[in-house]
Amino acid sequence: MTNGVSQETSTSEDIKKVLVIGSGPIIIGQAAEFDYAGTQACRSLREEGVEVVLVNSNPATIMTDEDMADRIYIEPLTVSVLERILDRERPDGVIGTMGGQTGLNLVVDLEKAGILEKYNVKALGTSVASVEMAEDREQFRDLLSRIGEPVLPSYAVETVEDAVEAGRKIGYPAVVRPAYTLGGTGGGIAQNEDELRKIATGGIAASKVGQVLVEQSLLGWKEVEYEVMRDGDGNVITICNMENLDPMGVHTGDSIVVAPSQTLNDKDYQRLRTASLNIISGLNIKGGCNVQLAYRPSTMVAETVGEGAEYDAEGSMYYVIEVNPRVSRSSALASKATGYPIARVAAKIALGKTLDQISNAVTQKTTAAFEPALDYCVVKIPRWPFDKFPMGDRSLGTQMKATGEVMAIDRTFEAALQKAVRSLENGRGTLLWEDPEWGNDGPPDLLADDDRIWKLTAAIRGGRTAESVTLETGVDPWFTRALQRIVNMERTLLAEELTPDLMWRAKRLGFSDAQIGTLADYLPEQVRTMRKDWGLKPVYKMVDTCAGEFEAVTPYFYSSYEQENEAVATEKETAIVLGSGPIRIGQGIEFDYCSVHAAWALQKSGVESVMINSNPETVSTDFDTSDRLYFEPLDEESVRDIIENEGAGKASGNPSSMVQFGGQTAINLSQALGVADLPVLGSTPDVIDLASDRGRFEEVTSRHGLPQPPGGMASDVESALQVAGNVGYPVLVRPSYVLGGRAMEIVQTPAELLRYFEQAMKDFPGQTILIDHYLTGLEVEVDAVCDGEDVLIPGIMQHIERAGVHSGDSMAVYPAQSLTEAEVETIVDYTRRIGLALGVVGLMNIQFVVAGGGTYRGFNASGAGSKSGEPEIYIIEVNPRSSRTIPFISKVTRIPMVRIATDVMRGKTIAEQGYEGGLAKKQDLIAVKAPVFSMSKLDGVDTFLGPEMKSTGEVMGIDTTFEGAVTKALLGSGLNVPEGEAVLLSIADPDKADALGLVRTLDAAGHRIYATGGTAEMIRAMGVDVVEVEKRLQGGSGRTVVDIIEDGTVSAVVNTVTGDRSTMQDGFHIRRSAVMQRIPCFTSIDTARCAVESEGTIAEAAGGQSYNIKTLAEYLDGE
Amino acid sequence: MTDVRGDMYLVLEDGSVYPGKRLGAEGETTGEVVFNTSMTGYQEMLTDPSYGGQILVPTYPMIGNYGTSEADVESTRIQVNGFVVRDDCEEPSHPLSEGTVHDYLLENGIPGISGVDTRAITRKLRSAGVMMGIITPNADVDIALATLAKAPRYGEFDVVGDVSTDDIYAWNGDAGEESRAFFDLRGRARQGGMGVNVERGIGMRDLGDNYMKVVVNDYGVKLNILRSLRARGCEVIVVPDDASAEDILSHNPDGVMLSPGPGDPELLDRSVATAKGLSGKVPMMGICLGHQVIARAFGASTFKLHFGHRGGNQPVKDLESGRVYVTAQNHGYAVDPAGLPDGLEVSHINLNDQTVEGLRHRDMPIMTIQYHSEASPGPHDSEYLFDRFVGLIQAGQAEKTDATV
Repeated sequence: MTNGVSQETSTSEDIKKVLVIGSGPIIIGQAAEFDYAGTQACRSLREEGVEVVLVNSNPATIMTDEDMADRIYIEPLTVSVLERILDRERPDGVIGTMGGQTGLNLVVDLEKAGILEKYNVKALGTSVASVEMAEDREQFRDLLSRIGEPVLPSYAVETVEDAVEAGRKIGYPAVVRPAYTLGGTGGGIAQNEDELRKIATGGIAASKVGQVLVEQSLLGWKEVEYEVMRDGDGNVITICNMENLDPMGVHTGDSIVVAPSQTLNDKDYQRLRTASLNIISGLNIKGGCNVQLAYRPSTMVAETVGEGAEYDAEGSMYYVIEVNPRVSRSSALASKATGYPIARVAAKIALGKTLDQISNAVTQKTTAAFEPALDYCVVKIPRWPFDKFPMGDRSLGTQMKATGEVMAIDRTFEAALQKAVRSLENGRGTLLWEDPEWGNDGPPDLLADDDRIWKLTAAIRGGRTAESVTLETGVDPWFTRALQRIVNMERTLLAEELTPDLMWRAKRLGFSDAQIGTLADYLPEQVRTMRKDWGLKPVYKMVDTCAGEFEAVTPYFYSSYEQENEAVATEKETAIVLGSGPIRIGQGIEFDYCSVHAAWALQKSGVESVMINSNPETVSTDFDTSDRLYFEPLDEESVRDIIENEGAGKASGNPSSMVQFGGQTAINLSQALGVADLPVLGSTPDVIDLASDRGRFEEVTSRHGLPQPPGGMASDVESALQVAGNVGYPVLVRPSYVLGGRAMEIVQTPAELLRYFEQAMKDFPGQTILIDHYLTGLEVEVDAVCDGEDVLIPGIMQHIERAGVHSGDSMAVYPAQSLTEAEVETIVDYTRRIGLALGVVGLMNIQFVVAGGGTYRGFNASGAGSKSGEPEIYIIEVNPRSSRTIPFISKVTRIPMVRIATDVMRGKTIAEQGYEGGLAKKQDLIAVKAPVFSMSKLDGVDTFLGPEMKSTGEVMGIDTTFEGAVTKALLGSGLNVPEGEAVLLSIADPDKADALGLVRTLDAAGHRIYATGGTAEMIRAMGVDVVEVEKRLQGGSGRTVVDIIEDGTVSAVVNTVTGDRSTMQDGFHIRRSAVMQRIPCFTSIDTARCAVESEGTIAEAAGGQSYNIKTLAEYLDGE
Repeated sequence: MTDVRGDMYLVLEDGSVYPGKRLGAEGETTGEVVFNTSMTGYQEMLTDPSYGGQILVPTYPMIGNYGTSEADVESTRIQVNGFVVRDDCEEPSHPLSEGTVHDYLLENGIPGISGVDTRAITRKLRSAGVMMGIITPNADVDIALATLAKAPRYGEFDVVGDVSTDDIYAWNGDAGEESRAFFDLRGRARQGGMGVNVERGIGMRDLGDNYMKVVVNDYGVKLNILRSLRARGCEVIVVPDDASAEDILSHNPDGVMLSPGPGDPELLDRSVATAKGLSGKVPMMGICLGHQVIARAFGASTFKLHFGHRGGNQPVKDLESGRVYVTAQNHGYAVDPAGLPDGLEVSHINLNDQTVEGLRHRDMPIMTIQYHSEASPGPHDSEYLFDRFVGLIQAGQAEKTDATV
């Protein structure tokens, strides 16, 4: 079965130093899974005695921590930067297969540019030729034919006309897939020629090589994935197979995925397994690989999607859809689903080891050469960002839209599914949720979108049969019947008296206490009490790679209602770390970083760390990060059950929980733990409430004379208008309990306030709305650790964008550049007083506005000069927990904030840990954090920066100069303005005054300026040349803004939106076009100025040395 | 569908009790309780004669998802004594599904139990070793244990005789009884002629002129072994377990396959004698029990494993090529490499526990494997061994031709 494999000898003894390339910022399609993979790979390589050099631009990762690799570069991931690193480091090999598509593409580019050869560096693991064979559609099809695997009728084309021709041959619907892209960017399903033209145009633009594939539609077929592994000797194994609940047509990253497959019999399973192994052997993969296949659907589905799909129809039983010759999102999921550390093993294979030479880290007895056996069911559900983007296009297709995912494990599909739903934290809670807009007739359609699983369940609940739902959606009847069984249990719970037997059966189907309570008419707490009285509590089973065949040493658990408990508490001191759940906008990988460090800090002090998390992409859910891992929903029920299980029989009672590291998810659980009398380490639930409750917080600040912007609260529109009138417009409005600035807006007029209020009352019924006067000024951010007596501030970060842009979307500079000494002192003083006044023990994050000295002051050092007199500093927000900037500030100051906080929470003061209170000494370096967005993947979403967070990830630029650091941050985030290229300006009236400097800088730098009406008028008045273009909605005959963006006339756009909603709508087309063309689009004058002013540095950089390339340690040590 | 499923219990001989609901037939059953870690292939396992005398516990919790089908049988009936699952699917989904596992067990009269903590059983067996157990509707543990004490103990009686064929037949495909041509014990055809003229089974390829004749000594053969041989151009004649070497040689075979089967190889002296009689006279392949029988024929001994190897993920290293294959396994006994005579060498080992997984004779055309190259269920990675066997046969044929010339 492995004919034609070219054998190469191992070369491990030659490999002493390896460069590992990370995946850069978190974007849709490339998320935390590569931090997990990269971290595991670095450790695995170091176990083999290899010196590891790491490069990644993402500071929020564990992999870029100082002790993860021997030498760490936090530098932009570009070919020229990598060349400079290769030149400095001269490694023996480079591994790109751990860094997602980014890492893979970089290695291909380095090879093609002859750079690997120049520095005598080997691409380790899967060769560049194999990568190209896997990714180039034509080469891949040739391979399939050669090894006798079925080839789907399809055509690789490079022009739209050729695509149309292919469509004619294949027929419609036809699928368009661009070559070399992430998460299916730019692909789609065309129902007719018009649609094909449109999709092919975008796809060709999106593809790195300008190539798309037009192929026969396999809509409705089962989608199955195999995670496979191969070593240099040709040994091949399957780690895991997975079946998508959503049939072909929905990107696998957006599908609900089940592992192992549920509806394949052994012959089906083995047929696809053998095909997958044949393919990776044919490709000569050395390492991990993901194979996606389509399989003929059930008879019932075939009735819907056509005869071609029938089980006994002519043609192949299956087709290979895609191969990813690297570790991937799916391999992270497979690792967590099976316990098999794919990245660890792949890294060793890259060094030349064979599978039988690598030990199985889980059993520590057997080797890596085996296939995991599961004795449970795993369900993954993606987490989509549409709670943040209600106006976005929520339909699911070939373009991935999810930012993260949750995974749940149980002994049945129903229970795993329901636990996964509970893990999502998307406001739905359980499968009982129905959209109030559906009304009595149930969901209007069953089309694939982020609510599909609720729509399917609601349809069945409304009386439709599982079969009819299958006929409409193509979801295999096995899954719809499972939903039917869940609905049947709902009915039983509604109708029958709750008995121990009924409760047991409901629990075995994954019903939560809250769900049972809703149906059987009890409060969740009553259900819990009843359950405990009846002796019904979950047991915990181990994920051990081998279905119990061998004893395993990795304490990785999931709950189930079963007979035997395997997670027996120890007598050692234990603390629980609550993780942060799925990656979403506003709560990203930073909080996983914090959770991991908390677990490590506990271990360092001899305390057993117990991690609870539901996110399969992360380092925190790696089996050896904590002493014990519970892969469970982060909700009150499961957290309390776990704590009680850990406390059972322990002399010291229930262990304490750490709620400060897992973002809002963990902090929100603090109140429930408090009520349940379960111990919380550090700031008490009352302190947390004090900081989070607006009313209580204001009482504290006014008592201590800490200034806040004038503001108030309102729960009806009359009082809102009154408050706004009193504090003065513009006002910043938001619901009282939100995350990531959700539904936060700056409102300029009473009319806008009315509109906002109406919407907010609908979206957040019963919530109080906070109304603050919006202060224009510099925004400054501080993280601090407080031990009750002392407050340690590692550094002050200044935002480049003025207050009003969400801190997560702002560029932040450490150390602050344009603050006066008096202002710094005031900020330190306020921080200290807030910490002590609130009684914070552990971490807090505070955001300040520095007002005065005009509306805007430069972001660089010269800015401070324009300011004199008394500081005017206001506190905008205090979060009594770790923040998004903790990894950044910890790295650039070398102050391990999480470790210090963890020890503080356990009673060791800052002084006892050898640190001093107050502001730490400034490092002699400059670091800039820049946000990264995934807007090109989210149709219909407006990209302007505002108080609501929109970015998915971040990069860091670090250097000895401000210009160097900014330049690298811009390069890393793709916001650099290309030298000498034309720029389009469309500036809202209130921003025009601030734009004058920008226009002069652009002109001086030789950019041709295009502008819309009013902006052009202003520029002309300045005596600067400008080309006026029409807005799209003006409907004139000339070229519009959209035209000049789409045809490449301009290479950057500045479009500000301050003002009312109509200017926003005007600019919407401009911003979307810029996003789709992948050119920088600035919606804040501040960012644009920063980018333009640093442009000269980038130009110099082309020559080579205007910015440094050094390791993090070198910057910190001033080398 | 109105079948009310009452309470059932699995009681192990150490007194541990696992409560659940009835699955399949009513009544009581005993057997050696073993677990299998394969995630698919429950019907192939149920019909695998090597499970004769045993109660099977799949570790995968959801059993019956894709139903049962005529296409997935490995013998003419369910062979296990009992079946223990965490959850059985009452609404299977697969284009080939003909019914549920529950109904399938019911039709075959095999009792089972559903809803039990199969992982707890697995953990028990892996630490305490396999043991006898009883599936019973009786909640009284003492009565269950008393019944169990009286039941025949696995390993103390010959199960092979129960599962082997009574007749000699030529196997012509998958169409059931009518595709078999029967022979008397002297090898004369009772119907058709030598299996060549009888109606062919479904999808069987024509054997052509230069076909090989393989006699399969049936200790509990799986259909996929017959299919695998036939697909490689072998005429397949199946003989009962008690056939002597002379009986087998009377068919004038080009090769002999000693099949897998249930039970302790120490009980099979007659088969060992048969294997001795065949050694060196005809190319021979032994699979599983057949492998153990051949090892014994050369003087090696076998021993009982703590809890056996049962699953589709066992790593085996082919010592000749150095390659590792993921294999399907189902055995409770293994060959002791210490007692191997000169000439017989270990060709394959298990990477989990280093036990012997295959033998090869240095001079005679003999190859054996402890695992299942026929898969079904399990990975297809080891099909190459049938090719290797065919290679042995063809080498033998060439030698014969040379001798004649």
